[in-house]
Amino acid sequence: MAYSFDFSSLLDYTPVLVDGVVTTVALTAVSTVLGVALGVGGAAARTSTVKPLALVVGAYVELIRNTPFLVQLFFIFFGLPSLGIRLAEWQAAVLAMVINLGAYSTEIIRAGIEATPKGQIEAGASLGMTGPQIFRYVVLGPAMAKIWPALTSQIVIVMLGSSVCSQIAAEELSFAANFIQSRNFRPFEVYFLATALYLALAVGLRWVFSLMGQRMFAKGVSRA
Amino acid sequence: MLNFTLWDILSNLLLAARWTVLLSLIAFVSGGVAGLLLLVARVSPVPPLRVAARLFIEVFQGTPLLMQLFIVFFALPLIGIETSAWTSAAVGLTLFTAAYLAEIWRGCVEAVPKGQWEASASLAMTFPEQMRHVILPQALRIAVPPTVGFSVQVVKGTAVTSIIGFVEVTKAGTMITNATFQPFLVYGLVGLIYFALCYPLSLSAKALERKLNVAR
Repeated sequence: MAYSFDFSSLLDYTPVLVDGVVTTVALTAVSTVLGVALGVGGAAARTSTVKPLALVVGAYVELIRNTPFLVQLFFIFFGLPSLGIRLAEWQAAVLAMVINLGAYSTEIIRAGIEATPKGQIEAGASLGMTGPQIFRYVVLGPAMAKIWPALTSQIVIVMLGSSVCSQIAAEELSFAANFIQSRNFRPFEVYFLATALYLALAVGLRWVFSLMGQRMFAKGVSRA
Repeated sequence: MLNFTLWDILSNLLLAARWTVLLSLIAFVSGGVAGLLLLVARVSPVPPLRVAARLFIEVFQGTPLLMQLFIVFFALPLIGIETSAWTSAAVGLTLFTAAYLAEIWRGCVEAVPKGQWEASASLAMTFPEQMRHVILPQALRIAVPPTVGFSVQVVKGTAVTSIIGFVEVTKAGTMITNATFQPFLVYGLVGLIYFALCYPLSLSAKALERKLNVAR
């Protein structure tokens, strides 16, 4: 039996694929901004001297990091309506991605914060800076510079993980692929192409982040 | 209408969790073996092997596990292999695990000082001898904590196989939800089962890391 590949039948579905790519990029962009912001806040709380706060954030981080993203997504999309919280597909997808990335980036940024030499914090305090000022101007910049590569990898993982959002009918790239293969019955070709697109997105994302990193951290210290 | 007690739901989920555990074990063990071969290729002195291994790792780390599973599911029949959800899930997760473990272990091999390679080469050891007697024993020590840590990703990865129809705990959760209309409870329990599986692994990875740092 010889199978003849036919990628040409995919051409008719170009707009569907483009829409899928755009949605995946949009989901990733929004959840990256919100997720990293959540991570910075989480890391600040986790390293703060307020014990209950640090404990609560610690529990959140462990809970999210030890359960699959798919289950988190299902819990948010199918489970929360029982509490009266009804979300659209894309809202549930973004919320799940933000919560997921928030937990991982909390842990990553915390590692960067804890690598700050004690002397720098003391120096900040001796200049009369308050705690938040020290965090903002002394600790955060170098910490982000140190963990930038790790954060990039995590964001790529979240972008790739967003493919399971197709399961709640969020119309991203995997959803587009599922849709097309249900029409043209060429699953191998469709998924092959979708996979190649994901690979291109992952490579592109890493490239963008390394450029951003070079821009922001070129001087080796944060520019306030 | 049938009534489901909490115990009915939990017991069915736990029965399905057996398959999550079994699939995780299969993927981790076979992925470990494949990952070791991949690692040897990745650090070998033969350029084509190195490039091939690097490409394999790049592709599997740069694409979603879901797409990998779909491709395995639809590609194996094209080369004449009948697939079930079981075989696709096992093959897909094995390849995924192999790529990540090979990359983790490469870091550990590269952490072995260069002098060790040079010293063993000056003793006229061949590449396999160097790996077997000098490099791997030292790399193994530092490889244990991240490897245990990665096993959490394997367990969580099995959830994605529910999408290609493999009945593990997530799929069972979906099926039970469809019968009971209690998604909050069911997916909550599913999450707790994963947590019960993964958290001990996370904790032991952390403990191993601490132990290693003290020993050094």
